[in-house]
Amino acid sequence: MLAALSAALVGLAIVLSFWVAPEDADQGISQKIFYFHVPIALTAYACFGWGAWKALRLLWKGGDRHDLESYVAIHQGTIFGALTLATGSIWAKASWGHWWVWDSNQLVLFLVLFLFYSAYFMLRFSIEEGPRRANVSAVYALFGVALIPVSFFAIRLAEDFIHPTTFTRDGPQMTGTMFLAFCVSWVAITLVAYTLYRVELLGKRLDGNLRELREALS
Amino acid sequence: MIHGRSVEKRYGSRRALRPLDLDLARGGFLVVTGANGSGKTTLLRLVVGLAAPSGGSLEVHAERGVLGYLGHEPLLYRDLTALENLDLYGRLYRVPQRRERIGMLLERYGLWDVRAERVAAYSRGMTQRLALCRALLHEPELLVLDEPFTALDAEGAALLDRQLTELAGAATVLVTTHDPERVEQLATARVALA
Amino acid sequence: MRYFGDVAALARKDLRLELRARDTLPAMLLFVLSTLVVFHFALPTGADEVAAQGLLWVALVFTALLGLARAWAPERDGGALEGLVLAPSDRSAIWLGKSAAVFVFLGLIELVALPAFALFFSPLQAEGVAGALLANVGICAVGTLLAAMAAASRTRELILPLLFLPLAIPLVVGGVGASVSTEPGRYLLFLGLYDAVFAILCWASFEYVVSE
Repeated sequence: MLAALSAALVGLAIVLSFWVAPEDADQGISQKIFYFHVPIALTAYACFGWGAWKALRLLWKGGDRHDLESYVAIHQGTIFGALTLATGSIWAKASWGHWWVWDSNQLVLFLVLFLFYSAYFMLRFSIEEGPRRANVSAVYALFGVALIPVSFFAIRLAEDFIHPTTFTRDGPQMTGTMFLAFCVSWVAITLVAYTLYRVELLGKRLDGNLRELREALS
Repeated sequence: MIHGRSVEKRYGSRRALRPLDLDLARGGFLVVTGANGSGKTTLLRLVVGLAAPSGGSLEVHAERGVLGYLGHEPLLYRDLTALENLDLYGRLYRVPQRRERIGMLLERYGLWDVRAERVAAYSRGMTQRLALCRALLHEPELLVLDEPFTALDAEGAALLDRQLTELAGAATVLVTTHDPERVEQLATARVALA
Repeated sequence: MRYFGDVAALARKDLRLELRARDTLPAMLLFVLSTLVVFHFALPTGADEVAAQGLLWVALVFTALLGLARAWAPERDGGALEGLVLAPSDRSAIWLGKSAAVFVFLGLIELVALPAFALFFSPLQAEGVAGALLANVGICAVGTLLAAMAAASRTRELILPLLFLPLAIPLVVGGVGASVSTEPGRYLLFLGLYDAVFAILCWASFEYVVSE
């Protein structure tokens, strides 16, 4: 049911973005991707934040549940992070003719985060399952959210000596319908993320139960 | 001092210790036997707190400062001397009159002459004896020994026999061994792991 | 206070071990000097002075990684880490003592590397050196903790750079900025902020990295 709702909302978001909202004066049709790129980015942040929250709960209270939830949240976050990079890249190509620009702070931040969270998975899967793996993953997840603002400032500061910003920032001035399209899109994508989160969590839990059953029977 | 109900340990799908009930009163001497892979080492690691149980409950009424542990590894720095190793541990365990106690133990276990040599140069028997000194350094109330006789030479084994006889009743002791006859007379309780 | 006594004893232990074994420091020294020479050949003529500053930081970060990879090796050899974890002292003292020792090692390396850099490329200002010191704190704090995580992993030395590099990026920005920018104060402040945030995080979370 959740999936159906998500699908419907995404459909609505697409309609709104492409047909209803007026074209942006400067960037034209390529600006439409903004309606998806920014919500995807925000959703990724939300996933990382949720993952870190669950990590904190794990360290506080302990229990397999929080570990799994933290892991799945970060997994979703990384997927959406990859999507952010992809949509951002498309936008860059459409707007400025390059597949990658160092000028977009948002994009650079996501690149750093993507590297960081990719390492999360390498770390997690190189440790044997158990409380140790859960603890180490949790601590790393907490480092991740600390890194987000710190990296953001670093990238801002780096502008000083790397590239001066010549382009206007993300987020063009939005009219009423544009804003509506944006919000619908945001809700839709958040819902998709949540659905995927629940689906993956369910799948992993089933896996776990199945394994335990198998163990008990042998 | 130790109360465990259905204590078990799993690493993912690998079962390291089957559910076990455990009781050890203060001053008791528990001998744990079992085949290789039955979970003897795992149980001891759970008791001292190096691992947490996956299921069941385990209460150990002894905090870190009064626990003495001898595991499969000596828990020593190979490039430090015996004196330096024990001095560091003595400091961390807040042992009163550290120097005297270290001197006494080293002498007792026949390591006084090699006290300034690096552990890397020791034989296996000597290393195990030093590890034992480390475990006893702070006069623990609960002594947990994982197959202590295995790496000891004859002389060291005799010294350990004597030490255990002295400790029985005064401290609580938990020992795993392949050789239960050795500690049979001292045992107040026995557990055999499947 | 007991806590700092523990930290001091642990740091002294690491210094003593390195003095005896003498394997890590010389290797780091040779590595950083070789890297600087490689950079000379990697920079085409007409390249900025600024570019060279950036490369200094690359050299420092990778040299630090070299040292960090072996930071917990003595504890692994004889199982001593478990011995330290079992002791009644605070677990965070283990991290702090080790970080302090790594800080000293890195500092000693920089005592040679920075003058060498000045010799090969261009001299450093006081701000650059201050930046290096501040960044060191971050490198040692975070690096020591990540090295402990890596030690728990099957892939050990392989994974440490992957964990460390994203976290080192802000440090590199801070360090290069302090040397190169017209307003070094901002960058030094930023480095201080990084150090504060991550040192506290490391201090609080080390316990969980070494326990089950």
